[in-house]
Amino acid sequence: MSLISLFDVIGPNMVGPSSSHTAGAASVARMAQRLFQKEIVKVVFTLYGSFAKTYRGHGTDRALVGGIMGFDTDDLRIRDSFRIAQEKGLSYTFIKNTSDDEVHPNTVDIEMTGSDGTVMSVRGVSIGGGKIKIVQLNGVAVEFTGEYSTLIVIQNDKPGVVAHITMCLSEVNANIAFMRLFREEKGARAYTIVESDEKIPEAVLTHIRKNPNVEDLMLIQI
Amino acid sequence: MDFNSAKSLLALCQEMNLPISSVMCQREQFLKEISKEECDQKMQKALDIMKNSVHESLDHPVKSVGGLIGGEAEKIQAHRHAGKAICGDVLHRAIVHSMAVLELNASMGLIVAAPTAGSAGVVPGLLLALAETYDFSDEKIIESLYTAGAVGYLLMRNASVAGAQAGCQAEVGSASAMAAAAAVELMGGKPEQCMDAATTALSNLLGLVCDPIAGLVESPCQSRNALGVANALTCAEIALSGVKQMIPFDEMADAMLRVGKRIPFELRETALGGCAATPTGCQKQCEIFN
Repeated sequence: MSLISLFDVIGPNMVGPSSSHTAGAASVARMAQRLFQKEIVKVVFTLYGSFAKTYRGHGTDRALVGGIMGFDTDDLRIRDSFRIAQEKGLSYTFIKNTSDDEVHPNTVDIEMTGSDGTVMSVRGVSIGGGKIKIVQLNGVAVEFTGEYSTLIVIQNDKPGVVAHITMCLSEVNANIAFMRLFREEKGARAYTIVESDEKIPEAVLTHIRKNPNVEDLMLIQI
Repeated sequence: MDFNSAKSLLALCQEMNLPISSVMCQREQFLKEISKEECDQKMQKALDIMKNSVHESLDHPVKSVGGLIGGEAEKIQAHRHAGKAICGDVLHRAIVHSMAVLELNASMGLIVAAPTAGSAGVVPGLLLALAETYDFSDEKIIESLYTAGAVGYLLMRNASVAGAQAGCQAEVGSASAMAAAAAVELMGGKPEQCMDAATTALSNLLGLVCDPIAGLVESPCQSRNALGVANALTCAEIALSGVKQMIPFDEMADAMLRVGKRIPFELRETALGGCAATPTGCQKQCEIFN
């Protein structure tokens, strides 16, 4: 269990009306945008469970569009996010999936298309009180919360890649809190997720990229 | 330094001869590796939002997104201004404040979840009513918010603050316990008295169901927040008088979670029971979604 901060209790500071359906939704979308690291021109949100049933009354839709534009949970622009998105030329669509009941009730799939045509999909869950976790990246099951500095390495599932990553981290003196490997299947594409209590020095990205089996990197700092 | 129960919290208070607020503030400094000033600044920001949230919908009343509430706080305040109020100063102000926060929340305004958005009116409602009535400084209110945070942390950790998991007793009940403990410390009570007030607040609301009409954080959530402040004020008064609570806080928190688990699914934020399932509640739901 992650440690509960005073400001998880007296907080989050947020645009209402619901910590799970509004603040949590904004946070999931903002995390997706930070992971994608590109200018987004099109986004498709697929809503599940309670999100699908009550999203309009809770402003979940406006919070998601606000989050995808980088708005924090306490940013009042969330109220006008549709208009702001239209002005920016960002196209957004909502799809309701009420048939899949295997997922957590407050789940959203976010498929982003960048101005360069690349596509990335993220599945996030709002787990209550504004807290979130990301549970899928491009269809691969993962798990992280964004409460720590998070390094995500997309790599080929070959021997030595993980050792290379840990060596690079140790060279920059980064203190690892958690490290996990997720993969599609043996020998295919894999995701290494490293979480740290402190900022991870950005210099590490260049080092890690040197390994030919590393496809891409994402870094979210606290 | 950390604590994971009211028992260990009270032991720390005794050992260091400190109020709950100081122990909670030190825990946060330790956990996040920040200074007391940084912690105070963060809480000042939350307090500023709280202060705005108790006034905003009085100055500019608006209808909620679902249209079920809007303008109630202003009406109750006008009732007092007409000299017709039957509650005393503190309680009347707390009722108006707490309901005003829920109005703002329901119209997508800026609030501080404490511990949740649906129960966000209780803690600022009571503390700001006390601040206005007794002229407390921001510094004192920030301290009392640390105390509220300590109680909320224990409930979040050891019980639940989610209506979907344990009913409204976990949301407004928890908020009421937080506000009760904070009010006791603010009015000069000892750490044990703070936890006694919190425990009584929880016990009074055991079993309260979460039954929002149309699934929206509007009704009956708004008046439940007023219930939360009235209960907190009552329990603070009892504890400050020296009346002891026989059940320890940790046992009551556990009882709240156990009761919550036995509340049927229909009465845990699904809009399938209680107020939501009344003929009028169902009709409102149809009007909103069709």
